[in-house]
Amino acid sequence: MKTALFSSAAMPLAALERVDPWILAFSLVTVAVTIWMGFRSAKTSKTASDFFVAGRSVSVGWNASAISGEYLSAASFMGVAGMVMSSGYDALWYPVCYACGYLFLLLFIAGPLRRFGAYTIPDFAEGRFDSPLFRKIAVCFVLFIGFFYTMPQMKGAGVTLSYIFPGMPYWVGVVVVGAVITFNVSLGGMKGITLVQAFQYWIKMFAISVPVFVLMSVVGFYNGHIGANKAPGETAAPVTTLADNTVRKPLVEKAPKDEVWVAPFGPLTTKAVNAAAAALPVEQRAAYLAEHQKPYSLLYTYSLIIALVCGTAGLPHILVRFYTNPDGVAAKRTTMWVMILIGVFYVFPPVFGAIGRNLMPELYSGVGAKGTDKVVLELPTLLTGNAGVLGSILSGITCAGAFAAFMSTFSGLLVSMTGALAHDVYGRMLRPKSSPQERLAAFKIAAVIIGGVAIGLGCFVEPLEINFMVGQAFAIAAASYFPLLFMSVWWRGMTMKGAAIGMLTGGLCALGAAALTNLGTLALDKGPMGKVFAGFAPLNAFWAEHPLLRILCEQPAIWTVPLAIGLMIVVSKATAAQVPADIRMKMLVLHAPEKLGLKQEYIQEHQAGAGH
Amino acid sequence: MPPTPPAHDDVVHSESFLRSLMRRQLGLSIACAATFLVALIGLPLLNYFAPALMATRVAGFTLSWLILGVLFFPFVWIISYAFIKRSIALEEDEVAQAEQARRGKERADP
Repeated sequence: MKTALFSSAAMPLAALERVDPWILAFSLVTVAVTIWMGFRSAKTSKTASDFFVAGRSVSVGWNASAISGEYLSAASFMGVAGMVMSSGYDALWYPVCYACGYLFLLLFIAGPLRRFGAYTIPDFAEGRFDSPLFRKIAVCFVLFIGFFYTMPQMKGAGVTLSYIFPGMPYWVGVVVVGAVITFNVSLGGMKGITLVQAFQYWIKMFAISVPVFVLMSVVGFYNGHIGANKAPGETAAPVTTLADNTVRKPLVEKAPKDEVWVAPFGPLTTKAVNAAAAALPVEQRAAYLAEHQKPYSLLYTYSLIIALVCGTAGLPHILVRFYTNPDGVAAKRTTMWVMILIGVFYVFPPVFGAIGRNLMPELYSGVGAKGTDKVVLELPTLLTGNAGVLGSILSGITCAGAFAAFMSTFSGLLVSMTGALAHDVYGRMLRPKSSPQERLAAFKIAAVIIGGVAIGLGCFVEPLEINFMVGQAFAIAAASYFPLLFMSVWWRGMTMKGAAIGMLTGGLCALGAAALTNLGTLALDKGPMGKVFAGFAPLNAFWAEHPLLRILCEQPAIWTVPLAIGLMIVVSKATAAQVPADIRMKMLVLHAPEKLGLKQEYIQEHQAGAGH
Repeated sequence: MPPTPPAHDDVVHSESFLRSLMRRQLGLSIACAATFLVALIGLPLLNYFAPALMATRVAGFTLSWLILGVLFFPFVWIISYAFIKRSIALEEDEVAQAEQARRGKERADP
């Protein structure tokens, strides 16, 4: 089954005829099992505390699988492979930093935060500064980061469905998957239950690794596929034959050349400078590129690293999961196992990218849902020629993995964002005296609203790369939650005003920069989105004159993270009189080992204080 | 009626205990982070200043691709393993210190 290139709203029957039954069957089974497991678990555990107790009764292995299952989204499963294929070496920073960011979380934040007993970042914000107002500010960022994170999940859904049903428009997939998950969450199923998330991890791991090994055994190994690309300074690529009966296909015009693909500072990080050079007269281009290309590219790389490493330590839906650990020792072991589980996973997606470049270069010419983001889904069909039905089965397996990826992450995000809206915004701000029934109704309405907004946003982002969008969510988290957590845990001089001003300024700057970048990219699109966003085209002309500003806008972490931390220090020093009175006790609770029993003491004192 | 909060004049609640606690844990975290950051900051610098070295072929991979795409993960596992071992030992030591101080105080009090 080759995806034909008709993207207009085709007749549904004609589309159904070209559906591969194997791919459809695997996908349907994954969806059905996920929904069934969600509902079964939801029946047995009704309250939020059940969820945490369930977490406490399971072993380190299950817990680590569950955290990994929630973490690996459509960006990890499809986006990383697509980006490695389209951009080469530079895209490897994404999987590496997605996995290694956990080290910062482990070293500086996970332990103290868990001891403090705050279950979410808004809880922590309120408890650390005794300020309900700050809680409200912190809640806003759950929504900001959440929406940036849901957009790529929606694109993953759109790409996967338009792959399974050739000819189906992209937006239909977004609407169908978004509606199914929203309906499911508002009915109470799929509430981030440990067992379901753990199961999802193993589906994803199976779905990415098995096809890789089968593919490599037939079409040649990872190192061979990298070796087929000529590095700078080489006269010819060291590998010429990939495997028996397998030769490299000629690259299409749109694909990056070998030297820039396999070497650092390639198309991903030099895009802005190249655009600026293209706007110059021909004779000045070479000199301009020689002077600016590599330094700006290095700056881009560092900014990307800061965003991803700090952002991992500030993702709200991941931090929540750390409290499912019974004690400090188990929490630390769990973190290490998470790093191993996701690290092993992240070795595989770049393999798809490298093989896809050599054997499926036609994807470079595709745009939106037909582009490189679907390489994970389509690559196994290479085997259809010499191994018959095996290619369809493996493609079905990777489709099932993609479903597991965007379903688990989208439903997890939807639950946490709906919780923020229904619990914090409605229950605490708008109607503090509402009854439990009203709150339950509010939860359902909020789920539908947020699901609807996510679907709407998802329909617009077809031209953007999945992985790039997730990177933006990380950049916002890196400039808002990471400075808040890092500074509040290690510096006792922090005041509420300092924390709030630093977090708001850093986070909003990153949010604004990310939004501008996306609007500029959408204006460049040749499809329908380009017409919708045509008003933002002058932005691209401005950036062509100022490539440095473009880089700082596309990867803002290098200035927003220091800005947030700097503001926190300056404002806290200026308002030093407002440091919470019992700060030493708070610090003890954050840092002393649990065995000393300081947490219980702290709670008793707070209750005794409230009783007066 | 909640139990009366314990007096705050013992070793655990002292300024010096909190200071040594935070300093030792932060020291360990910074040492581990520094190891990680040397590699994280160093790799782009190597790519920048020694492109020919980083393009050396190792079994088909370029050296830089092999480091970033494969070897970086086990490197981080080793750091996190070392951190966890040391920090669990550190916590046990802190608990032992505090217990010892409490016992010493009880013996002195009556």
